[in-house]
Amino acid sequence: MSDHVVSPKIYLGVFLTLLVMTAITTVVSGIDLGPWNTVVALGIAVFKATLVVLFFMHVKYSPRLTATVIGGGIFWLLILIVLTFSDFATRGWLPSLV
Amino acid sequence: MAETPALAAHAAEPGLQHQFESMEQQKEASSLGMWIFLVTEILFFGGLFLTYTIYRWENARAFAHASRHMDIALGTINTAVLIFSSLTMAMAVHSAATNRRRLLIGFLIATMILGGSFLGIKAVEYTDHIQHHLFPGPGFRYPAGADARGAQLFFSLYFAMTGLHALHMVIGLGILTTLVVMARRGRFTPEYSTPVEVSGLYWHFVDIVWIFLFPLLYLIGRHLR
Repeated sequence: MSDHVVSPKIYLGVFLTLLVMTAITTVVSGIDLGPWNTVVALGIAVFKATLVVLFFMHVKYSPRLTATVIGGGIFWLLILIVLTFSDFATRGWLPSLV
Repeated sequence: MAETPALAAHAAEPGLQHQFESMEQQKEASSLGMWIFLVTEILFFGGLFLTYTIYRWENARAFAHASRHMDIALGTINTAVLIFSSLTMAMAVHSAATNRRRLLIGFLIATMILGGSFLGIKAVEYTDHIQHHLFPGPGFRYPAGADARGAQLFFSLYFAMTGLHALHMVIGLGILTTLVVMARRGRFTPEYSTPVEVSGLYWHFVDIVWIFLFPLLYLIGRHLR
């Protein structure tokens, strides 16, 4: 519940993990992985953001309603991205009609 | 009139507003309200991230070339500074919940120092870009033969996104100052530290925005020719 007090040890663990992930993402960006550079960088960013949300922002210990609201926000962001890209990515598929 | 449990709760908790049944419900309502605001912020920044992605898609080489003007060492240090400030903010919330006022004030001030350091390093980077004529507009200079139009798009988005992020940091520093004053006046108790908690949510959100800005602006274009 929201008045659950999280132990500082957990905060410290999350903090160290975030620092290690930052070092990894910087080092990996120096290696040429082709298109996988972007995938790895964004994958690590999503992982770091999830840690911050769950532990620093207490969502792991909050009512399900909070997680539902966040999920709704991310879902709307995905609608924005997916619908826009369904336009941009397919513009060359048909010959111009005008 | 028989006393209902709700009336008893209100008699026992002077800080409990009349529309809530318990302190816990009141606290949850505040957090949820803050989260709804943060969801609007996700979509606010989301529009910029989407714009960035589309222009990067259309100008992949120019964006990769332009992003090599970023100082990766400073970017990495700033990421670490901001993550550290999230730790001190989380510890400030913890200190408020466990009723340790001195620690609370200490952690709030530590968070402010780290946030200020982030802005200072960002200012060094901005100065460097401007001195190298990389601010979009009539003063923009780029090597002949390179895609200057695409590079200007990159730098427009770079300054817009990091600038909006920096503005959020400045607002965060204002909020932290208010919290320090409130804490010094003894406004927070273990039962009521909602302003510290919801401000913490805001600070961590601003950290998350940077967690995405850093790889997108500094890291992902290093090998594209």
